[in-house]
Amino acid sequence: MLTDITLGQYFPGNSPIHNMDARVKIVLLFIYIVAVFLFDNHINYGIMTAGAIGVVLLSGLPLGMILKSIKPLWWIILFSFGIHLFSTPGEPIFKLWNFVMTKEGIIQGFIISLRLVLMIAISSLLMFTTSPLKLTDALESLMSPLKKIGFPAHELAMMMTIAMRFIPTLLEETDKIIKAQQSRGSDIGDGNFFQRAKGMIPVLVPLFISAFRRADELAIAMEARCYQGGVDRTRMKQQRLHNVDFWAGGIFGVFLISLILVQFTL
Amino acid sequence: MSIELKNISYTYMPKTPFEHLALDDISITVPEGKITAIAGHTGSGKSTLIQHFNGLLKPSKGTILVDGVDIGKKNTEAKAARRKVGIVFQYPEYQLFEETISKDISFGPMNIGCSEAETLERVKQAMAFVNLDYDKYAHRSPFQLSGGQKRRAAIAGILALQPKYLVLDEPTAGLDPKGREALMEKFRRLHRERGTTIVLISHNMDNIASYADNVIILNKGKVTMEAPPEEVFSQKELISQAGLELPEVKTIMNELAQNGLEIQNNAYTMDKAVEEIIEALRRKGKC
Ligand SMILES: Nc1ncnc2c1ncn2[C@@H]1O[C@H](COP(=O)(O)OP(=O)(O)OP(=O)(O)O)[C@@H](O)[C@H]1O
Ligand SMILES: [Mg+2]
Repeated sequence: MLTDITLGQYFPGNSPIHNMDARVKIVLLFIYIVAVFLFDNHINYGIMTAGAIGVVLLSGLPLGMILKSIKPLWWIILFSFGIHLFSTPGEPIFKLWNFVMTKEGIIQGFIISLRLVLMIAISSLLMFTTSPLKLTDALESLMSPLKKIGFPAHELAMMMTIAMRFIPTLLEETDKIIKAQQSRGSDIGDGNFFQRAKGMIPVLVPLFISAFRRADELAIAMEARCYQGGVDRTRMKQQRLHNVDFWAGGIFGVFLISLILVQFTL
Repeated sequence: MSIELKNISYTYMPKTPFEHLALDDISITVPEGKITAIAGHTGSGKSTLIQHFNGLLKPSKGTILVDGVDIGKKNTEAKAARRKVGIVFQYPEYQLFEETISKDISFGPMNIGCSEAETLERVKQAMAFVNLDYDKYAHRSPFQLSGGQKRRAAIAGILALQPKYLVLDEPTAGLDPKGREALMEKFRRLHRERGTTIVLISHNMDNIASYADNVIILNKGKVTMEAPPEEVFSQKELISQAGLELPEVKTIMNELAQNGLEIQNNAYTMDKAVEEIIEALRRKGKC
């Protein structure tokens, strides 16, 4: 069923990872991803993988959830693996017509795949352990220095919050409309491309109408509550750093320093 | 012949932290030619249950037989059986999509392979049935109608499929009392004139009291009662446990009985109640 998909879905929990401040999580994630692509020492790949697995275990999420989030990108990973396999110069081990597979290619392909997997796994961990509301709040606060140069950080964050808020609603609505039309004998998703595209009309028209209706209602509701963006708005939930964030920062610091040491001394 | 559910269980989002057992081992029968009401508190699983009747949801466990055919199978017989059941969803007006009302109502019949002449005939019938004048409305956009008219147009879209079993999920939600009465009267007529079997989901016990031959009470995904109305309404405890209320008439009759009027107390509709009270008073020699 449509509403079963887990794209960027928050799984409530009470682990240290869940309890971390979202801003800290985003910053650390960012540094981690840069690190994954910067350090190319084999021992470092081990350390980074171990770090990723450690964080996933700490979050208490089932490992299957994380693997599931990698699944949609499986083809991209396989594709880049293939490209590296055949395009890296080095000691040939296998030749197929014009394509030469090299030992270096295997290693390089494996490394690229590992980097992609680590990046996706850790990013989806952020999505799984942070509520969308906290995520956008954090993004807003991280982007707020840009307000000085006229960047609409608050408005952007508000738009993201609203969009995320309505993803499940719209999915649910789509599900309902599909079922309603199926009850009227339509075979949505059957036939060739054109038949299928045509079959989407009975779903898309009601969906758009209801999306516009909802947008309209929301706008009126916000105006009725005198909503004004940006300047001088205070928050109900203040974002504050707690012990867990300092611990996380500290541990991540040690992690980073050891990566750097390994990189430059070994 | 009937719709028969055998040990149906349904779990939403299985194997995730959001796993939710919405239906728990349900076995019920919807007899042909009757009006069956399904009642239950919000979230008790009514909408989930009816989506099994025409195979929109596949049960996690159990089988569904429509006129003796297992609709879970993948053959043409099962498909034909699924098509015997027409479902009008909660707020059906949100499924309208065509440029004109007649095109929208044609959608169903065309899908099941009716000829153009047949389709036109069905559209006219269905529109007449829901009191939408064909000449006046057929070529208007459905989005220009009022809420109540949209509802009726959407219902006509299902009626045009001429289902043997018509399932109605809160058909009168959001309508004014007059519109409610009129719509319910239409369904009753459909039942009487065409012998259509009707399954009616409703919160409104007064509605159930005046229309149903058979009542199924759902509570937290389980069937707690499946019986004729007089039997169901005599079980005051079970009804309130399920988060429902007795019909107003029944409440008044209970009060009267408690306060010493010797009535039989089987009545749950206005007419029957009046009869019972008059009879009791007569016996007392007061009129
Ligand atoms: N798509 C879904 N995904 C997950 N859970 C769902 C979904 N649809 C319904 N549920 C859950 O299943 C339970 C039964 O829902 P259902 O819609 O069948 O209730 P209902 O009896 O029709 O209620 P109402 O009277 O409000 O229409 C509810 O607890 C609901 O939260
Ligand atoms: Mg419902």
